[in-house]
Amino acid sequence: MDNVSAYEVPTTEAVVTGREEVTRMESAPIAMEARNVNVWFNDHHVLQNVNLEFPQNSVTALIGPSGCGKSTFIRTLNRMHELLPGAKLGGEVILDGSDIYTPGVDPVGIRLKVGMVFQKPNPFPSMSIGENVISGLRLSRKKISNKSDVMEEALTKAGLWKEVKDRLNVSAGSLSGGQQQRLCIARSLVLHPEILLMDEPCSALDPGSTRKIEETMMELKESMTIIIVTHNMQQALRVSDHTAFFLAEDGKPGEVVESGPTVELFHNPRDSRTDDYVHGRFG
Amino acid sequence: MSIAAKTHKPWRSIDKTVLMQQLIVHLGTPFLAMFITINTGFSGYSGFLVVWFFLHLVTASLLGKFGKRKRAVSDSLFEVLSTAAVIAFLLFVISVLEPVFQLGLENFQVHHLFEDAKDTGVDTSLDIGGLGHALLGTLMTVGLATLFSLPIGILAALYVTEVRGVLTPFVRFFVQAMSGVPSIIAGLFAYAVLIASGILTYSGFVAAIALSILMLPTVARTAEEVLKLVPDDLRSAALALGGTQWRAVRMVVLPAARSGLVTAAILGIARVIGETAPLLLTAFGNREYNLNPLEGPIATLPTYIFQQFLLGTENDVRRAWVAAFVLLVLVGIVFSLARVVSSRFKQA
Amino acid sequence: MITTQEPKVSEPREIVVTRRFSDKAFRSILILGGLFAFIALSGIFGYLFITSLPVLQYAGISFFTDSFWFMGDNLLPNQGSIDSPQLGIFAMLWGSILISSLALLIAVPISVGLALAITHFFPKFLSRSLTFVVDLVAAVPSIIFGLWGAYTLAPHAQLWAKWLNTNLSETFPIFAVDFQYFGQSPFMAGIVLAIMIIPIITSVAREIYGSVPRDLITGAQALGASRWTMIKNVVIPFGASGVVGGAMLGLGRALGETVAVFFVLNLVTGDVNWFNILESEGGSVASFIISRFGEASPLEVQALFGAGLALFVLTLVTNALATLIVNKARRRR
Repeated sequence: MDNVSAYEVPTTEAVVTGREEVTRMESAPIAMEARNVNVWFNDHHVLQNVNLEFPQNSVTALIGPSGCGKSTFIRTLNRMHELLPGAKLGGEVILDGSDIYTPGVDPVGIRLKVGMVFQKPNPFPSMSIGENVISGLRLSRKKISNKSDVMEEALTKAGLWKEVKDRLNVSAGSLSGGQQQRLCIARSLVLHPEILLMDEPCSALDPGSTRKIEETMMELKESMTIIIVTHNMQQALRVSDHTAFFLAEDGKPGEVVESGPTVELFHNPRDSRTDDYVHGRFG
Repeated sequence: MSIAAKTHKPWRSIDKTVLMQQLIVHLGTPFLAMFITINTGFSGYSGFLVVWFFLHLVTASLLGKFGKRKRAVSDSLFEVLSTAAVIAFLLFVISVLEPVFQLGLENFQVHHLFEDAKDTGVDTSLDIGGLGHALLGTLMTVGLATLFSLPIGILAALYVTEVRGVLTPFVRFFVQAMSGVPSIIAGLFAYAVLIASGILTYSGFVAAIALSILMLPTVARTAEEVLKLVPDDLRSAALALGGTQWRAVRMVVLPAARSGLVTAAILGIARVIGETAPLLLTAFGNREYNLNPLEGPIATLPTYIFQQFLLGTENDVRRAWVAAFVLLVLVGIVFSLARVVSSRFKQA
Repeated sequence: MITTQEPKVSEPREIVVTRRFSDKAFRSILILGGLFAFIALSGIFGYLFITSLPVLQYAGISFFTDSFWFMGDNLLPNQGSIDSPQLGIFAMLWGSILISSLALLIAVPISVGLALAITHFFPKFLSRSLTFVVDLVAAVPSIIFGLWGAYTLAPHAQLWAKWLNTNLSETFPIFAVDFQYFGQSPFMAGIVLAIMIIPIITSVAREIYGSVPRDLITGAQALGASRWTMIKNVVIPFGASGVVGGAMLGLGRALGETVAVFFVLNLVTGDVNWFNILESEGGSVASFIISRFGEASPLEVQALFGAGLALFVLTLVTNALATLIVNKARRRR
């Protein structure tokens, strides 16, 4: 899929493969569902009526121009957006059959099930590489007996084990940007989340590191559900099974213009705005 | 070639007339000032400086008006005035520090650092006794004050950077207001609360309370600055990993700002290490070592300087200068420590 | 994956954040820490007020407006006093204001010069060194300035004072004196305070001058302004409120300074020295407290707390104003 460009006319084959996948995925159980999600910051309405379902063991890409609310949306999925002052929410986010915003729900517990990787690599500067990997266990007070096994497992999954196994005690600041981002992924994996949110995880990285992270994602989706925000349409095409296109038009709140199987959305969009965006005519 | 040689360094084009005029202004005026100083009522080097200052001002601005490189009088006057302010300030600073180093070093003996003053009376030779008790007292009171004010200062800063509640502007305002509390008021307060009420006597502990009131605003403000530099991304990451806010702060935010918080503590120490007035009301002073901060008067360097200087005899005034020298060195150490640590923090 | 466009916007719901107990406790402690400054300030005010209340009740408003400090038999009339004390600190209050204003008069021009030199005039290396020196002076203990005032400054300033008195007292009555002794005076205290507050004013002024928007400067230069015209018309007006705020901060510091003033000022309570800055008598509330405290009777200690209360309120108001002005200047950039 690496060479597929959004600007090329889709081949029949790609479309067909896409459709086959879709059929398989649609039968998959739903890991998380957003129902009628609206977000306000104070009186500013930033996101309107978002309805999306995220099937298990799939990658869903959220695309759209800057300022369309996709990063805000992904933060509502693990209750991170409420940390911003003036944040309000409408609608529901269903995880394991119940709304995560039900009063009385412990946000800390939600975040243990829904991990997150951020735009800029943010390993903890005061900790070594090894300590960073197991920091989630310390932060959430989970006791483990076999620290080194956990470290190795997570780092291997994140494709970083070979590079750092001899310097687990070195400060995380000594790693390259791409390695730091994979360290952050490993850090999230230690908690075995059901869902992994990735907010433009590759936007600050070089192509080589980006490819490694994309490979990691393909492996990870065997065991979890991934939701990724990306600016890069080729990346969405490469890694995702489903795509949702967000758009905020002229001061209106952002909303989902179209969503569906990735290949279909890119090559047979129903909405002309989607067509314009994925073909680079704006955005 | 010759044209190129002439124009390739335009800023070097000082021609001889300009140079001569500059020489007259900068070297000629001191001689003229010296002449005036010697032949009129002004005496001493301060008189000379005052005369020179005005002479230089006038000639330099005249030069700007009529000299080779013409500019508006105001333009050169500004430069001269600004430089004059700098020179005047530097002269003040030198005259403040010079006697401390000169008289301090002249009379300093190593045993002063360790011996106390129990065997020294009025005007005793400097070969006997020392200021070790005062040095230790300063370290003890300031150390205790740091112990009190650092945690509270960090808590106040954490309120602003972590809770970010509605009280933030008020917290900031009152911390700022507290930084304006005169040191003697802090001393009166500690005296009223702990000594007048009969809870304690004059002691290192009461002195430390007074000093921590003065330290707190410095610590809180510096801590706020450094905690603000911890990226929000790290806080989010800690929460996303299932941390509670308390654990995120303890395991991620505070360690990330560690050296910055050390700077906050050092700046707080620098703020109070030379305080005299509150200590006169709370620690009072002592001629001997007092290792118990909870009981009995305790000597500190500033109060020692104050009391020795007021005694007024030759040897006692010398002791005051030695103590001033030791205190200034201490301040210098704390000051450079703050610089080193904070520059490291900024690099990280 | 289905997208259904529902026209109806769901109502905003309250986000109920249920925090764990550890976080509730943590946040309450932080709130307490945040309020500590307020608690401490209230405590200081309360203690000063309560301790001095008997004296304030006895002397009334004249405590702040009269200028006679006489302890009598150290008893209040309701304690059976025969020789009642007379307590008024106006001379000291006025003295504090006089020497602090003098200090400002000297310090502000020098600070402005320093700040302009650092921000707009000196090359980078010199600016940095000068900033370093200014910061260093801010850390020099006040007792050392006191020694400087008594030991280094006094002999010189005595000569200047004498000269000012002989030559200018006819034209400017502020230089007139009753007694030809120039060893201690408000003038000298003003100089000592000036050098102590220069670092404060300079650092605020430097910050504001350094934050003049680049386009304002280049704009002025594009219009052909010389450096001085640019500074006069752009930098100085832009930084004016910052300098005023910095000066107020310095004023607050000067009003509360104790030992440095103590060495160069002859405190006289019976008589107000209004403007004769070379006269060997003056006042300073803070130094007055320290000079009396050692030998004070219990009643006099209460009275000195009253003086402290006046000083506290004066500096607090000055500082609050200064903070408001400086914050306003900062916000504008």
